[in-house]
Amino acid sequence: MSTTIKVNGADLAIDGVPVHTTALDWLRDRGLTGAKEGCAEGECGACSILVARPGIDSPTEWTAVNACLLPVASLDGQEVVTAEGLGSSNALHPVQQELAVRGGSQCGFCTPGFVCSMAAEYYRPTRGAGACDHEHGPNGFDLHALSGNLCRCTGYRPIQDAAYALRDPEADDALAARRTAPPPPPATTRLAGAGAEFLRPAALDDVLEVLADRPEARIVAGSTDAGVEVNLRGVRAPLVVAVDRLAELREFSFGPDEVRIGAALTLSEIERLLAGRVPLLAQMFPQFASRLIRNGATIGGNLGTASPIGDTPPALLALDASVVLVSRRGERVVALADYFTGYRQTLKAPDELIRSVLVPLPLAPLTAFHKIAKRRFDDISSVAVGYGIDVVDGYVRQARIGLGGVAATPLRARATEEALTGKPWTECTVREAAAVMAAEGTPMDDHRASASYRSAMLGQSLLRFFAQHLEIEEVSA
Amino acid sequence: MSSLSERPQQAVVGLPLPHEGAALHVTGEALYTDDLVGRTRDVLHAWPVQSPHAHARITALRVDPAYDVPGVVRVLTGADVPGVNDAGVKHDEPLFPAEAMFHGHAICWVLGETLEAARLGAAAVKADYEPLPSLVGVREAIAAGNYQGTGRHLEHGDVDAALSGAAHVFHGEFEFAGQEHFYLETHVALAQVDEAGQIFVQSSTQHPSETQEIVAHVLGVASHAVTVQCLRMGGAFGGKEMQPHGFAAIAALGATLTGRPVRLRLNRTQDLTMSGKRHGFHSQWRAGFDNDGHLVALEATLTADGGWSLDLSEPVLARAMCHIDNAYWIPNLRVDGRIAKTNKTSQTAFRGFGGPQGMLVVEDLLGRCAPLLGYDAMELRRRNLYQPHHATPYGQPVRHADRLETCWSEVRRTGEIERRQAAIERFNASHPHAKRAVAMTPVKFGISFNLTAFNQAGALVHVYKDGSVLINHGGTEMGQGLHTKMLQVAATTLGVPLERVRLAPTRTDKVPNTSATAASSGADLNGAAIKNACEQIRARLAPVAAGPLGISPHDVRFVNGRVTGLYAGDDRLSWEDVVHTAYHQRVQLWAAGFYRTEGLHWDAAAMRGEPFKYFAYGVAAAEVEVDGFTGAYQLRRVDIVQDVGDSLSPLIDVGQIEGGFVQGAGWLTLEDLRWDESDGPNRGRLATQAASTYKLPSFSEMPEVFNVRLLEKAHEDGAVYGSKAVGEPPLMLAFSVREALRQAAAAFGPAGTSVDLPSPATPEAVYWALEQARSAGQLNELDLHGLRSPARLSGV
Repeated sequence: MSTTIKVNGADLAIDGVPVHTTALDWLRDRGLTGAKEGCAEGECGACSILVARPGIDSPTEWTAVNACLLPVASLDGQEVVTAEGLGSSNALHPVQQELAVRGGSQCGFCTPGFVCSMAAEYYRPTRGAGACDHEHGPNGFDLHALSGNLCRCTGYRPIQDAAYALRDPEADDALAARRTAPPPPPATTRLAGAGAEFLRPAALDDVLEVLADRPEARIVAGSTDAGVEVNLRGVRAPLVVAVDRLAELREFSFGPDEVRIGAALTLSEIERLLAGRVPLLAQMFPQFASRLIRNGATIGGNLGTASPIGDTPPALLALDASVVLVSRRGERVVALADYFTGYRQTLKAPDELIRSVLVPLPLAPLTAFHKIAKRRFDDISSVAVGYGIDVVDGYVRQARIGLGGVAATPLRARATEEALTGKPWTECTVREAAAVMAAEGTPMDDHRASASYRSAMLGQSLLRFFAQHLEIEEVSA
Repeated sequence: MSSLSERPQQAVVGLPLPHEGAALHVTGEALYTDDLVGRTRDVLHAWPVQSPHAHARITALRVDPAYDVPGVVRVLTGADVPGVNDAGVKHDEPLFPAEAMFHGHAICWVLGETLEAARLGAAAVKADYEPLPSLVGVREAIAAGNYQGTGRHLEHGDVDAALSGAAHVFHGEFEFAGQEHFYLETHVALAQVDEAGQIFVQSSTQHPSETQEIVAHVLGVASHAVTVQCLRMGGAFGGKEMQPHGFAAIAALGATLTGRPVRLRLNRTQDLTMSGKRHGFHSQWRAGFDNDGHLVALEATLTADGGWSLDLSEPVLARAMCHIDNAYWIPNLRVDGRIAKTNKTSQTAFRGFGGPQGMLVVEDLLGRCAPLLGYDAMELRRRNLYQPHHATPYGQPVRHADRLETCWSEVRRTGEIERRQAAIERFNASHPHAKRAVAMTPVKFGISFNLTAFNQAGALVHVYKDGSVLINHGGTEMGQGLHTKMLQVAATTLGVPLERVRLAPTRTDKVPNTSATAASSGADLNGAAIKNACEQIRARLAPVAAGPLGISPHDVRFVNGRVTGLYAGDDRLSWEDVVHTAYHQRVQLWAAGFYRTEGLHWDAAAMRGEPFKYFAYGVAAAEVEVDGFTGAYQLRRVDIVQDVGDSLSPLIDVGQIEGGFVQGAGWLTLEDLRWDESDGPNRGRLATQAASTYKLPSFSEMPEVFNVRLLEKAHEDGAVYGSKAVGEPPLMLAFSVREALRQAAAAFGPAGTSVDLPSPATPEAVYWALEQARSAGQLNELDLHGLRSPARLSGV
């Protein structure tokens, strides 16, 4: 079985590499030192590289990911391009050219990462189709493509100028041409050494068998959470099982009664597959970490890790979603509202895997996702709120409100829902319900926010939801 | 015009060139210190054992278990130090401490064949601690009277008389946070020993000479046995002025003891928990105003939170005291300064070096007092700007003070301030849940090291027989574009095309006894030294060319690779031919350059003199929009006019202004250092010790509209080619953002509301501020009257 990665066109072997080696460390050990370690937790993007991944608008899409989070074994059989592979100082890639001449680099340490994130957007097949606004250039460049890259020197303006100056790839651009053929198929990988093992089974049944035998196995998909544990907390799981390429976990269907989202689909993929058809999620996606993270992070992973400050749970709770859990014993459907049982604890048994997420249709007509954080791009919630409210003839028929960041688990704002249901949808009702909402959960003081701010934000969120709803009414009237 | 500042025809300085390393940066080919590890054989990796206590005596240290971990080669402890066990220059920073002075303090280091082995080895080391009482917050240190270093006193005029005679007197207290540098490249050093025992340390350091000195004293060898090289840094911002020395010394010690190269690179958590930051300050003040809005007296006590050791806290404090006036004339001033000693990282240099902290005090008080005085804050600030005949409280004339007024009116005009103020009023009247505001703030920043001795620099310029030029200077490249400017200076002085000049990495065996690349002085000092070296060479070449040209050596000109006379019709020689001829005539083709800034004097004890060569000026206007539901905000537009003299390199300078501004905005609004000040088991632990918890500005914090202009006709007579320093001053223009946030929060309340705003002004802080303003709106008229009385403005 070959364990090689095609890097900048050359096949490089990964045999004998320790199991928990990150793609970043491996590349740097191979002399490809362009990608840097800035934070080792997927926050700064200095390690960004391009991977050929299955596309939605073309067979292959060049996808930017954080190399610091990925076990190198997870790239077995894949194609990777780094800043060095895009161009050289004698023959700059268009992205490199624009950044260089416009003052887009000062110390240069974050620059190779910016180059890769920018190149991914440069090669996005549908770039140019969108609107030009504050976050999109006249060339369709979506600034969110750079939301996971930090620069401490420039203040970003010249980087934006470089991004917005990019044209379309030339006809003879090899990386553009590569998009028209499919990416390499998923490899079946087994890498072992020094008491640890990395497995990428070929099929779901194989994974379930491993889980039945060894329920302590660490399941990874995009490794955006597991990678942080490896890098910052020194976690060295004896067995890592990769599930991100399993076809059974990458199913997607829309309607008529439900939306079925495969657990191993990434947030980026789901955003594009849904194409705005679930407005609540469409509002959530750009606020979920950064593009670099969304390119790796999966919806199953976000629910599997069961963090009280994950961004999908409040949204999915408001959508009344369920999860499909699968094991060798069979499948079962669990309502998300029942799924979380304690701090990072769920109903999922150790031998079970999240297969998919179900969102029932039709959707509630009034929805919103509010995220309170210090920073607008790529931050972790202090408080997150998802709304799904149905108003009929001026009365609230049903209200579902999901909360994050105010308790040990994500939760439904049951008291607030009750305070709204059956009442007229008026400012008076909302003010009373906002007072109820401010008392939901058991928020804590921490470095992100004080408990009193979190409580205040719950109440304010409902007032804001109502005010924004009124504005929409006025505009459409 | 001085010969130092005079700019020849067809100068290469002044051209908007991209960074000299840009092509290497964008392709990943540029090498940083840690990129050398894979290119070096048999490297050992270092990992620290960090204290889990804020303050504790180490009663036992058992390193043997580490040696049971496969791959562990050596554990370094204090017993291994052959020289002085100290990482600083004040002898208060033991490299291997007997007493852990802060949570995260490294007490010993493990060297391993791999980083993983070193990490596991460090985990195996057993240390016993006897916890001791600790002081974490600056207020705790003040209450305990725990200070370090020398306190300072700056006084001018008769403050008591002025305060008692002032029409309005306010007093307040303001504690504000420090800032993590968060250079993208963490601290790193790679040390090797050669066959003669010579130590070669590659270090990410702003101050190679001091790194060299400290490595030498730790190893107990002379400076000539140690060479330090800095290829380039992945950002520094002051964080690598003092802090790299100890890490370099550990690597050098390990290399000396094992005979193998040793690499020490901190990961982000280690860097955040071990290295120093911008000082947070506590301030207490009393300010008097006359009826025309003039600040007639200010009395203040500044307490810098120095952390566990002195480091650069004394000069940081001195600069804070010298900049409490910012750009305002305060005829009567008394400032007392002191440095608290706390069980935290040793706070250190950070872009602005105390200047921002001093200025924040006066900008905060002006922002708070303006509504109470009945003035628009913008007008109050303009009224108090220095005028040309004024001098600072420490006695330095404010030369070119008129440029403040010029920058101010330029920003007002180009920023369309009046039109936008009217638009903002309309917006605010029609938007109950969102408010906008625009604020303008000035900056006056003194350029030169406060300590006069540091204001010197050296350079080494080689001209080879083929006419190519190699330059070397004492400054380091951290992204600020110093090397780009130095190439431009050399090309200009020698009159050769830029492509003929190459720059070699900064090394202590090329240029000795250098000062830190700091205090915005890099281009001023090193540029003048390079110019001096190039002029020596040019002076030797002129007679060589004069003969064939048939003119006097005085009339020989070097322009763009040609050597010619004064007139267009004169004969020409090529630069290469002249160099070739000079070699055969046995003319020395290289030179060492030197520069010392003239005219500086400073009495540190009396806090009087003229410590600065000149002042850099700038003005910014910032417009924000604040959301009334959450306190979240957006920076809508920024307009800046900055005085950089005649720019050496406009693209570089604009980059410094934009980057400095955004970094300053990060400090004041977003970046939130939190230490555990509870009495729990994690007391003293830095709670924000990762990129996921310590948030830097990202693309979402970039102003939607960002206009930066360089002040025109701004020749600076005392500096190289008429330019001015740019590295630090623009950071402080970000006060405009903070003041706009204050005003937008106030706009949720009745007119004339004075709003207290903590720093950083996070969305949560702004939310509580606007809630405060809203509740002021619920007070009746009597209360409103009460709010205007001086006594109400106290405490934060």
